[in-house]
Amino acid sequence: MTTTKNWPLWEVFVRSKNGLEHRHFGSLHAADADMALENARDVYTRRNEGVSIWVVESKNITASNPEHNGEMFEPAKDKVYRHPTFYELPDEVEYM
Amino acid sequence: MSEEQIRNLEKQFEERIARDEKIEPKDWMPEKYRQTHIRQMSQHAHSEVVGMLPEGNWITRAPSLRRKVALLAKVQDEAGHGLYLYSATETLGITREEMYEQLHTGKAKYSSIFNYPTVTWADMGAIGWLVDGAAIINQVPLCSTSFGPYARAMVRVCKEESFHQRQGYEIMIKLANGTLEQKEMAQDALNRWWWPSLMMLGPTDAESVHTEQSMKWKLKRKSNDELRQQFIDQTVPQADLIGLTIPDPDLKWNEERGSYDFGEIDWDEFWQVVKGHGPMNKERMKARVGAWERGEWVRDAAMAHAEKKAERKEKEAV
Amino acid sequence: MKDNLYQYLLGIADNSLILGQRMGELCGHGPSLETDIACTNISLDLFGQVRSYYQYAAKIAGDGRTEDDIAMLRKEREYLNVLLVEQPNTDFAYTMARHFLFDVYHLLFLTELKKSKDMTLAAIATKCIKEVRYHQRFSSDWIRRLGDGTEESHNRMQAAINDLWTYTDELFHQTEADKAMVSEGIGVDVTKLKAAYYEKVNTILEESTLSIPESKYFQKGGKMGIHTEHIGFLLAELQYMQRTYPNMEW
Repeated sequence: MTTTKNWPLWEVFVRSKNGLEHRHFGSLHAADADMALENARDVYTRRNEGVSIWVVESKNITASNPEHNGEMFEPAKDKVYRHPTFYELPDEVEYM
Repeated sequence: MSEEQIRNLEKQFEERIARDEKIEPKDWMPEKYRQTHIRQMSQHAHSEVVGMLPEGNWITRAPSLRRKVALLAKVQDEAGHGLYLYSATETLGITREEMYEQLHTGKAKYSSIFNYPTVTWADMGAIGWLVDGAAIINQVPLCSTSFGPYARAMVRVCKEESFHQRQGYEIMIKLANGTLEQKEMAQDALNRWWWPSLMMLGPTDAESVHTEQSMKWKLKRKSNDELRQQFIDQTVPQADLIGLTIPDPDLKWNEERGSYDFGEIDWDEFWQVVKGHGPMNKERMKARVGAWERGEWVRDAAMAHAEKKAERKEKEAV
Repeated sequence: MKDNLYQYLLGIADNSLILGQRMGELCGHGPSLETDIACTNISLDLFGQVRSYYQYAAKIAGDGRTEDDIAMLRKEREYLNVLLVEQPNTDFAYTMARHFLFDVYHLLFLTELKKSKDMTLAAIATKCIKEVRYHQRFSSDWIRRLGDGTEESHNRMQAAINDLWTYTDELFHQTEADKAMVSEGIGVDVTKLKAAYYEKVNTILEESTLSIPESKYFQKGGKMGIHTEHIGFLLAELQYMQRTYPNMEW
């Protein structure tokens, strides 16, 4: 008998403590979502690294393609007016 | 893509790495970069997983409960590190099952050191102290390697491994300060693990095939011989401190170099073990293949159950 | 009183010790890397519990013996674990079935032990209960997966449950130390856990499409130190270092 289907890959996101966002920690294999959560707990939080875990099957993530990075991200580079340093203030105004 | 376009891309790629930019999985990369990384990273992962066996061998026989939990936690970490590394390698488009297949058929290598037997409890000390010590020297520079997933996995690995070497050295200290019998046990383990540990840092620079390319891609920051020297220089005083003798009559401090001179390594033995004829090669593979095959019906069942559950959920929704 | 408490502690601790040892055997040999890590976590939880109990037992005994002496230097007739936990890792179905059949008991037991008049025991129970709640969740999930997975896994799990069933009744037997500790308000009256135990176990077996064994014949003896033949080999490994190199520090 050969294994017909391998356990799919899941991405693991962990909140280290309340107040922080969930951060991508890594991935693992599991047959279903429950197992993925349990495995994530044992693999990625065994040193007390987390208070909350998200798992999502890797195939459900849509990622941008680096080949399109030009049109995706470069147009944002020269929009300096979105940043406070673009605006001139008299020296007398210390905090704004 | 024309050859010239590819050359152009390659040039840009090398420049990015030279600027210390990280390469991420979906970025364009030369095929050789992908293959080299798959090879090195999966080999690294295999080493972690096969490395569980010689130490796992002593879990049920650890001499105290304190030692038992420390050893269990350490071997468990190795499983975790294997897992991080397999996951990082998977981002390059190879599955874990394919990597296992390569391991099980002997196509992929793993660190030869794990083909030596752990015959006494002191071997747990020697492995932690020497083998993990050598591994750390190899691994720390990889935290800033060019491939993002590998670098991130290594940061986690290095952070977690910091207790492993201490765990081993503490075992050795206890033995070295113990009864005569314990001290002999410690010395015997050092005698058996010293040379394989030196070999673990790889063939000499003259014999090493991949070094130059690996340096450029930051898979390596120092040559094998430099790493070996670093390992010897840091380990000899640790042996002195606990009254154990490094089993090398040619070992002596070289004032001029500020380093230890050391004796000839038996490279015939090294290549023999690499080629599969070490004392435990067959045993180790039998254990890994056995676990994988015995687990097949379990993995199949879990998938079948997951599918049934998903189907039921769908029906309920309708 | 002191003697009874000591014996009582051993009864509790030995279960976790022997089961932890069994789970430790699997480290590096599980069906997947993830499962391996999970089983090792459980083993580590159990050994952590063991140390709390034996350290307390060493204090009660007050004869200079350490936790390790108590854990590793008794004779086979002096181990008081139930027969269930010493059964071997025949296959992954056995391993999970053994765990599950013990976890359900263990959780019920600790829930009561938390109310013990003995503050140390109550504190240990409070800490352990969270670990064991997870163990039960983990093993129950695997009972469901294997019971309601493939035909092969179903058959293997059913075989494991059928074989191990005979060791479940002993969980609810009382020893003399048990009785004494119950009357002091320190120990748990295990006879009262039986109904809830089988209810929980049966529910999960049914959810897992497994049949509940009908056998009325049960084995006992572990609590009195009369074990199955498996224990000798397990102890041989557990005690090897302490026996071969007596009176040394590690």
